[in-house]
Amino acid sequence: MHLFRKATPTLFPAGGRFASAGRVEAAPFGRSEAGGPEVSSFTLDNGLDVVVVPDHRAPVVTHMIWYRNGSADDPLGRSGIAHFLEHLMFKGTEKHPVGAFSKAVSGLGGQENAFTSYDYTAYFQRVARDNLDTMMAFEADRMTGLVLEDAVVAPERDVVLEERRMRVETDPSAQLSEAMAASLFVHHPYGIPIIGWMHEIEELNRNHALDYYKRFYTPENAILVVAGDVTPDEVRRLAEATYGRVAPQGARPVRVRPREPEPKALRRLAVADPKVEQPTLQRLYLTPSCITARDGGCHDLELLAEVLGGGSTSYLYRKLVMESGLAVNAGAWYMGSAIDDTRFSVYAIPAEGVSLEKLEAEVDRVLRRAPSEALNAEAIERAKTRLVAETVYSSDSQSSLARIYGSALAIGETIEEVRRWPADIEGVTRERLATASERWLTPSRSVTGYLVKASDPDAPMAIAAE
Amino acid sequence: MNFADTDLAETPVRTKASPAKALPIQTAAGIEAWHVESPVVPMIALAFTFEGGAAQDPEGKSGCAQMLARLLDEGAGDLGSDAFQERLAARAIELSFHAGPDAIGGSLKMLVKHADEAIDLLALALAKPRFDADAIERVRGQVIAGLRYQQNDPGVMASRRFFAEAFAGHAYGRPSSGTIEAVSAITRDDLVAMHAQLLGRGAVKIAAVGAIGAEQLAKSLDRAFGALSEAGGLRAIERTTVGDLGKRVVVDLDVPQSVIRFGMAGVAWRDPDFIPAYVLNHILGGGAFTSRLFQEVREKRGLAYSVGTSLVSHRSAAMTWGYTATKNERVGEAVSVISDEINRLIADGPDDEELQKAKDYLTGSYALGFDTSTKIAHQLVQIAFEGLGMDYIERRNALVSSVTQEDIRRAGARTFADGRMLVVAAGRPIGL
Repeated sequence: MHLFRKATPTLFPAGGRFASAGRVEAAPFGRSEAGGPEVSSFTLDNGLDVVVVPDHRAPVVTHMIWYRNGSADDPLGRSGIAHFLEHLMFKGTEKHPVGAFSKAVSGLGGQENAFTSYDYTAYFQRVARDNLDTMMAFEADRMTGLVLEDAVVAPERDVVLEERRMRVETDPSAQLSEAMAASLFVHHPYGIPIIGWMHEIEELNRNHALDYYKRFYTPENAILVVAGDVTPDEVRRLAEATYGRVAPQGARPVRVRPREPEPKALRRLAVADPKVEQPTLQRLYLTPSCITARDGGCHDLELLAEVLGGGSTSYLYRKLVMESGLAVNAGAWYMGSAIDDTRFSVYAIPAEGVSLEKLEAEVDRVLRRAPSEALNAEAIERAKTRLVAETVYSSDSQSSLARIYGSALAIGETIEEVRRWPADIEGVTRERLATASERWLTPSRSVTGYLVKASDPDAPMAIAAE
Repeated sequence: MNFADTDLAETPVRTKASPAKALPIQTAAGIEAWHVESPVVPMIALAFTFEGGAAQDPEGKSGCAQMLARLLDEGAGDLGSDAFQERLAARAIELSFHAGPDAIGGSLKMLVKHADEAIDLLALALAKPRFDADAIERVRGQVIAGLRYQQNDPGVMASRRFFAEAFAGHAYGRPSSGTIEAVSAITRDDLVAMHAQLLGRGAVKIAAVGAIGAEQLAKSLDRAFGALSEAGGLRAIERTTVGDLGKRVVVDLDVPQSVIRFGMAGVAWRDPDFIPAYVLNHILGGGAFTSRLFQEVREKRGLAYSVGTSLVSHRSAAMTWGYTATKNERVGEAVSVISDEINRLIADGPDDEELQKAKDYLTGSYALGFDTSTKIAHQLVQIAFEGLGMDYIERRNALVSSVTQEDIRRAGARTFADGRMLVVAAGRPIGL
């Protein structure tokens, strides 16, 4: 039941290098190499899409069901309902009372969890291959059989409120991330936190959850992904006997998403909190996503994030940390896996005694020069090598593969697009990177955020005094 | 309970085959390692651990071992930091080092086609780190910024204070990541001395998993580890136990939710009672949604998003500790619920069905921890480090299955004793 958050990478990893900051996305974190596993797919009569990813190294399977709805589909005023329902999906059905599914999973030595993102919600179990049919039977049952009583809804809402307190209310940097997203997306629901706003979570109830459930939890809105020691025929047979019996609704539910207007205003904001001992600088740019820039623009941005800010050989790290010493860390990431226009981030942590204003000026100076200075052939080649290697590394993990295919399909990409991703990355040219940098990383598309210490928590303008 | 009534109940399938088949390697130069050959994915994962870690930090220099770990890939041999990192990045070689209380270790992930380059770079990092002045200052700046960033994080504050209270006056009570003052005081000489002390060929455990044969691996290991000299000798770490049971400590932080850390005695991994203690921990607060604390604290009362317990097994201390976080107003209630569950386990133990379900879960899920090359390598190196023997992976499920109620009682007495806990809460807790 973990909230799947991809808002910001860890600024200070526990140890070692800052190597993983280059690319943060909800889905294609290293995709399957073309010529990798023979992925097959088919659709059941009731509209359920099925993907099978073979991995015969061990007699285990990863069973995932993805729904094409996430927090960005929450009705107005009910932020957090997608995530709250994800929690409530563990509360039992007519056939299997509360706790029965979890007891079955753990009794079989399996592991389970679920997560909610902006564009999708997913549930999974990892079990011995022989238990796949059991998992399918339970999961198919809760696609339409959920039973909710106020007695279980109320404590679970408290759990979600504690989750929000843990992730956001006690963490000024998370508050900055929320404020920046809310500012970047002036119209689109990507500006609303996945977990929801505190005051709206407090008002969510059983009826809100059931209304949402009936609208989105249908076979034609779901994608079944099975990775592991199975064959497509086996999966088809088992899926038809379980999921195949769930009645279709007739059509896939429609997601209504407003489009962001063309941004005109440079935005700046700050979170000032007395608990902050280490200031940080964050920047977001509104950019196209893998769906809105399907012509390849998305690959340009993915590679650009790696060249500019992927680890300690990246342009930003070299300029700001190694050369000028104004920062102790700096990087960039791009959340390409999204249905609608998305975010590209640049961040830097100032060295001791360096003001955020001075650091920001240097970040801007360095970024303006990026098209001419950052894009040398070696740097581009290095970034391509690192991204493409991720596809091999991720094919070592059955559950990573299941996630990669599930999230891609959930936002509307095809299996073919996933498979040809390494070739698409290889095909990005220096000219395309320069164009992407000049076109998207511009002041009018940006929000700049400062995390600063405040002596008085009610004085967020402390930023001006620094 | 309900589960027994469903038509879907099945006998759990215990994986009969061992989840990973490792073979011992002894190289020409006398390096020992455990090896799993797995040709499917064209990559190799290597994990290694040297005896001795942050508990060996010099007096007043806590954070030294972790800083050493972070400097090993900041320039080695003829390569400065930037050149070294560029060689890694150009071939997507992932090399990282880390230090815990009792060990300094690392991880190397590479594509098969770049194995030679990866091994060369590892050899340099291990045997010939440069410790250039600019690299030391850069890393020091990063470590200090990281410490500042976490300075008022309730989870980090609660954990640090917990260790400081539980192991007051002992090396385990000092934070492995150091303090701003201590990290500021670390010199190049400290780092050079600690490198000589810890990174010796006799003190290392190694595991390799992936698309590489034994003969090739042996040659690679000789290149990577053969140039190391013998380690410089470790200071003995006195045995200790969790102190101040029954004490309640508050770390004052202006936040709406308190992070709570609670702990008591434990059983070390090398101890014959470890497996019963591990099963008991699973019942109390292990990772599944079925644990008693998950049910009582989260499911029934909505007190917290996350709650659980785990066993900490240091070389010279063992403990059981737990975690939860609840709004300040409910801290008293949360701690009582946790305490009540522990007392209930002391008084009645688990019933037979609960014990059986725990064993079913732990045996059935063991293989799931071996699903990537990197995870397998790390599991193997941990088992080697604990001295459990290469056959542990094969024996482990039988050890779990044979745990009896008598074993659980014995482990419970050693873990819980009279039920008193050390409790640390970071926040503005009410009712503690």
